[in-house]
Amino acid sequence: MKVIIDENKCVGAGQCVLAAADVFDQRDEDGIVVLLNPLPPDDLGAQVEDAALRCPALAIEVVK
Amino acid sequence: MDHIVLVGASAAGLTAADALRLEGFTGTLTMVGEELCPPYDRPPLSKHVLAGTLEPHKTTLRQDADLQRLRMDLKLGRRATHLDPAARTVTLADGDRLDFDGLIIATGLRPRRLPFGRDLAGVHVLRTLDEALTLRAQLLAGPRVVVIGAGFLGTEIAATTRSLGLDVTLVGIEPTPLAGQLGTQVGGLVADMHQENGVRLCMGRSVTDLLGAGGRVSAVVLDDDTLLPADVVVVAIGSVPAVDWLADSGLPLGDGVLCDSTCQVAPGIYAAGDVANWPHPLTGERTRLEQRTNATQQALTAARNLLAGPGGAKPYAPIPFGWTDQYDAKIQFHGWCPADARIEYVDGDPQARKFVALYHAGGRVVGALGWNSARTLRAYHGRLAAPIAA
Ligand SMILES: Cc1cc2nc3c(=O)[nH]c(=O)nc-3n(C[C@H](O)[C@H](O)[C@H](O)COP(=O)(O)OP(=O)(O)OC[C@H]3O[C@@H](n4cnc5c(N)ncnc54)[C@H](O)[C@@H]3O)c2cc1C
Ligand code: SF4
Repeated sequence: MKVIIDENKCVGAGQCVLAAADVFDQRDEDGIVVLLNPLPPDDLGAQVEDAALRCPALAIEVVK
Repeated sequence: MDHIVLVGASAAGLTAADALRLEGFTGTLTMVGEELCPPYDRPPLSKHVLAGTLEPHKTTLRQDADLQRLRMDLKLGRRATHLDPAARTVTLADGDRLDFDGLIIATGLRPRRLPFGRDLAGVHVLRTLDEALTLRAQLLAGPRVVVIGAGFLGTEIAATTRSLGLDVTLVGIEPTPLAGQLGTQVGGLVADMHQENGVRLCMGRSVTDLLGAGGRVSAVVLDDDTLLPADVVVVAIGSVPAVDWLADSGLPLGDGVLCDSTCQVAPGIYAAGDVANWPHPLTGERTRLEQRTNATQQALTAARNLLAGPGGAKPYAPIPFGWTDQYDAKIQFHGWCPADARIEYVDGDPQARKFVALYHAGGRVVGALGWNSARTLRAYHGRLAAPIAA
């Protein structure tokens, strides 16, 4: 599983971090998403899918 | 379940479609939306689209390939006008009738309008992409702008139009902008920010008339007889749930579609997003949220509950989350921010416009607000409790 983020789309809502804190973080100033792990292990799959679905800006793409 | 109909082709409707397919629904999926363009996102409209920094098509919520993957019959430019819950049919404006076993209502809101001045050119509301583009076209002529309503939408529009260099006045009935949403203390900081940026504020005032000349708006009249000259007026005084098409359906309606705690309105019929009104299990109060993240989360719950059936349905109990972007301020808030709450600054400095504030009510921390502090704010999310019902 590979995770791709689009910083330009991100609105800093932090929903991704609440869903999968091992994979996503945020910059403090503007809240833009920081990808901690672009290749998360499979057991985080459900969390990452959830993060992608919850992101209001659709800034997260999950490639399987 | 063989045929699910989604009415409303925006954030909530589309997330419901995603969730239904992800949960393994293989039957027929039909989505009805009255707007002509494919589903798009609204938060950028009052910010980047109005400012001209985002091309309109970039607000599209799903690319064509992703829409196709959902295998839906997407009926755009078609309005639902009638629902018969017993016969399980939705009727469209052109007379077409859709049968369903499952229905999700996601028709959102319509802007409230003033009772006067409706026929004057130059008077705008902002809810749709079309409306954003029409307003932007008018702003390019460099008009004097009056924004009526100092909630989230009004303050954002004031900030964006002012950032375009226009002469902007913001009128609001409350003592400060966002007073109803975030309280007067944070509202005062918002007022300062607008004034420093050169927006004229008329707070604690209501509008009593709009004057016109040659069919075009020329001035806004306030209740203290102030005349504000205006070439363009934006009315942002709140919205009403789009339930007109349900008037004769027999479904329980009030401030929105009245659901139970699982978002069910009637057997096999659910509602989600801005239009849905449900008893929040944590507060016990009926709630309707007008927030982008709620549209997504509630649609996920409604779709899963529809497939699970009444026995397997889970209550919807979110901690609300919203945000607004104005000038260089990114303001985000978790939980509840009642106007009478006690505010405690726990990080940063309000004067430096970088801080986290907690909202205390009934001896509990019920809300957390961050101003240019997205990451720090999140740490407080886990500390929030729901307000105790009065
Ligand atoms: C300009 C603007 C800026 C915003 N900014 C923010 C922000 O910064 N942060 C935030 O949290 N929230 C923001 N919001 C709120 C957020 O956009 C909404 O919460 C969200 O769009 C709700 O999604 P929805 O799908 O429930 O409803 P909507 O987006 O309103 O979609 C409902 C759809 O149903 C269609 N429809 C209605 N009636 C019918 C019918 N009878 N038949 C067929 N179709 C119908 C409508 O045309 C519409 O496309 C903003 C809203 C606006 C308007
Ligand atoms: S959920 Fe989406 S918009 Fe929010 S911080 Fe994560 S990537 Fe950005």
